[in-house]
Amino acid sequence: MVISTGRAAGTTRDGAAGNRGHRAGRRSLRQPGPLRRAWGRHWYAWAMTAPVLVVVGVLIGWPLLRGLYLSLTDATEANVGRTIGVNVIPATYEFVGLANYADILTSSLFWERLSWTVLWTVACVSLHYGIGLGLAMMLHRKLRFRSAYRVLLILPWAIPAFVAAFIWRYLFNTDYGVLNAMLEAAGFGSVGWLDDPTTAKLAVIAVNVWAGVPFMMVALLGGLQSIPADLYEAAEMDGATAWQRFRHVTVPGLRSVSSTVVLLGTIWTFNMFPMIFLITGGGPGNSTEILVTYAFREAFTGVRDYSGSAAWGAIILALLVVLATVYRRALRRQGEVW
Amino acid sequence: MSTVTSGGRHERGRVASALLHGGLLVATAISIFPVVWLVLTSLKPRDGWLSTELQIFNEPSLGNYARVLTETEFPTWLLNSVLAAALTTALGVFVAATTGYAISRFRFPGHRGVMWLLLVTQMFPVAILIVPLYNLMAGLGLLNQIPGLVIAYLTVAVPFCAWMMKSYFDTIPREIDQAGLVDGLTPFGTFWRLVLPLARPSLAVTAFYCFMTAWGEVAYATVFMSQEEKRTLGVGLQQFVGQHWSDWGLLTASAVLIAVPAAVVFLLAQRHLVTGLTSGAAKM
Repeated sequence: MVISTGRAAGTTRDGAAGNRGHRAGRRSLRQPGPLRRAWGRHWYAWAMTAPVLVVVGVLIGWPLLRGLYLSLTDATEANVGRTIGVNVIPATYEFVGLANYADILTSSLFWERLSWTVLWTVACVSLHYGIGLGLAMMLHRKLRFRSAYRVLLILPWAIPAFVAAFIWRYLFNTDYGVLNAMLEAAGFGSVGWLDDPTTAKLAVIAVNVWAGVPFMMVALLGGLQSIPADLYEAAEMDGATAWQRFRHVTVPGLRSVSSTVVLLGTIWTFNMFPMIFLITGGGPGNSTEILVTYAFREAFTGVRDYSGSAAWGAIILALLVVLATVYRRALRRQGEVW
Repeated sequence: MSTVTSGGRHERGRVASALLHGGLLVATAISIFPVVWLVLTSLKPRDGWLSTELQIFNEPSLGNYARVLTETEFPTWLLNSVLAAALTTALGVFVAATTGYAISRFRFPGHRGVMWLLLVTQMFPVAILIVPLYNLMAGLGLLNQIPGLVIAYLTVAVPFCAWMMKSYFDTIPREIDQAGLVDGLTPFGTFWRLVLPLARPSLAVTAFYCFMTAWGEVAYATVFMSQEEKRTLGVGLQQFVGQHWSDWGLLTASAVLIAVPAAVVFLLAQRHLVTGLTSGAAKM
C-alpha cells in the first residue's frame, strides 16, 4: 500500500535520498526481520523488474563473463570440444592469461582498425548531428508543406538497415549503378565506388549518414519545440541578432537532448554492424572493417577464433565504457545531471 | 507567395523563403531518391537491372515479384521474420513496460543498479556476446529455433525500451497512481488499468522499436539460423547478391516487399513516434 508514495518530487537520480525518506516515514508498524520487511515492502517492484533482470542476467551477464573468460584462453573452433552424436569431444583449450590482448594491442592491424573506427564514428555522428540540426531548424519554422517534408525526410529511418545497405550497394554498383550512370551522362568516367579504399570509406559514411539523420532530426525537432517561444521574443526585444538567438537560446535549450542523442549515436555508430558488413563486407582488403565487424569475422569465418574475437570484443567494450564515463564526467562538470 | 507567418515573429523575405524551401527540397530528394530508384528497378523486366543507360521507366513488369514469390524461399523467410518480429514486439513491450514502471515509481533496493544495467547493456558490442551466446543457445538446443532468436533480440531491444518507458511514466502524474491505490487497486492493477492506457504513445514507440530491431537484425540471425528453411529475410537476401552470382532484380523486388510494410507502419506511427520519443529519449 505504501510502496509508491513518498518520492521526492520529479527526481530520477536520488534513489538513495528517496529510500531514506521511506524508512523514516515507516517506523509505525510492528517490526519483523529486516529481510521480511524489505520483501514485504518491495516485492512488487522486484517482481516487475524480474523478467528484465533474468533476461539481461542470463543472456548478457553470463555470456559476458564467459566471453571474458574465453578471451583469456586460446579457444578456437578446433579445440572447444563438442558433442557429435554420442561422442563427446572434450575441450582442450588452455588458459593463456593476457596473451590475446597483448597480441592485439601490439599488432598494427588493431591500431589501423581503431583509427578508422574513430574516424568513421566522428564523421558519422558529426554529420548526423549537423545535418539533423539544420533540417530540424528548417522544419521548426512555419512553412507550407511542413508535414509533407517531415514525413519524407523521416522515410530513411523506416527502411530496415539491411534493406538500406542493399539498396545503396546497388546504387554504388560499378557497372549497373545509377551513380555511375549519372556520372557518365554528365561526361565523367565511372568510378569503382566500392573497389577503392578511399571511395569505399566515403560510400559507407554516406550511407550511414543517410540512414541516421532522421533520428537526430526528430529528436532535435522535439527539443526545439520544447523551448518556450517567449525566450526568442524576449531575445529579439533586446535586439539579439539571429546568430545570438541561436547561440544563447537554441543551443542551451537543446543541451539535454543533444547530450543524450550524441552519446547514443556514438555508441550505435561505433557498433554499427549491418551497414559495413553488408555494403562492403569490410573490403576492399579490410580497409572499411570497423572493430565490430572485424571481431565478427574472426569469430565466424575460417577457423573460428573464439578467444581472439572475445578479446576484440572486450577491448571494444572497454573503449565504450571509458568513452561514456568521460563523457558523463564532462557533462557533470557543466552542471548537467544525467 | 512569401509564406504567411501568421503569429510569427516577422515576415520572411522572398529570398529566405526560397532558400528554405530549396534546402528542404534538396534534402527530401536525397532522402527519397534511393527508395524511389529501388521501386523503379524492381519494376523493370527480368534483366532490366543490367542496363547501363539511365532509363526511368521502360516496359514495367511485375516479373521480378512473381519470381521472388514463387521461385525462391522468400515466403519462408518472410514468415520466419514476421514470427520473430511479432514475438519480440509482444514480449518486449510487456517486459519493457513493467520494468519501466517499476523503476519510474518504486524506490527499492537495487533500483540504481537496474538503471545502471539498462544503460550499460546498450554499449555491449555484438562481438563479445555472440560466441558465448551461440554456445549457450547450442547447449539449450535453441539454434535454428525462432524462440532462441527472439530471446537474443530481447536483450538488444528491452534495455533501451525500458528506459524510454521509464522516462514517459515519469511524465504521468503520480496522483493518478495514488488515486488508484486509494480506490483499492493493487499496484499492478494501477499500472495495468490506469497508467498503461495513458502511456499509449510511448507504447507505440516501444512496439515500433522492438519490431524494427527484430525486422532488421542481421548478425545474430546469420549465425543462429544456419538452416536454409530457418533463415530470416536479412540472412536470406544475402544469397541473391553473392560473390559469384547476383540477381539485383530479385533483390530489389524483395527489398520493396520488405520495406513497404515497415514504412507503412512507420508512417502511421510516426506522429506518436515523435511525441513518444522526444518526451522519452530527451530526458534520458
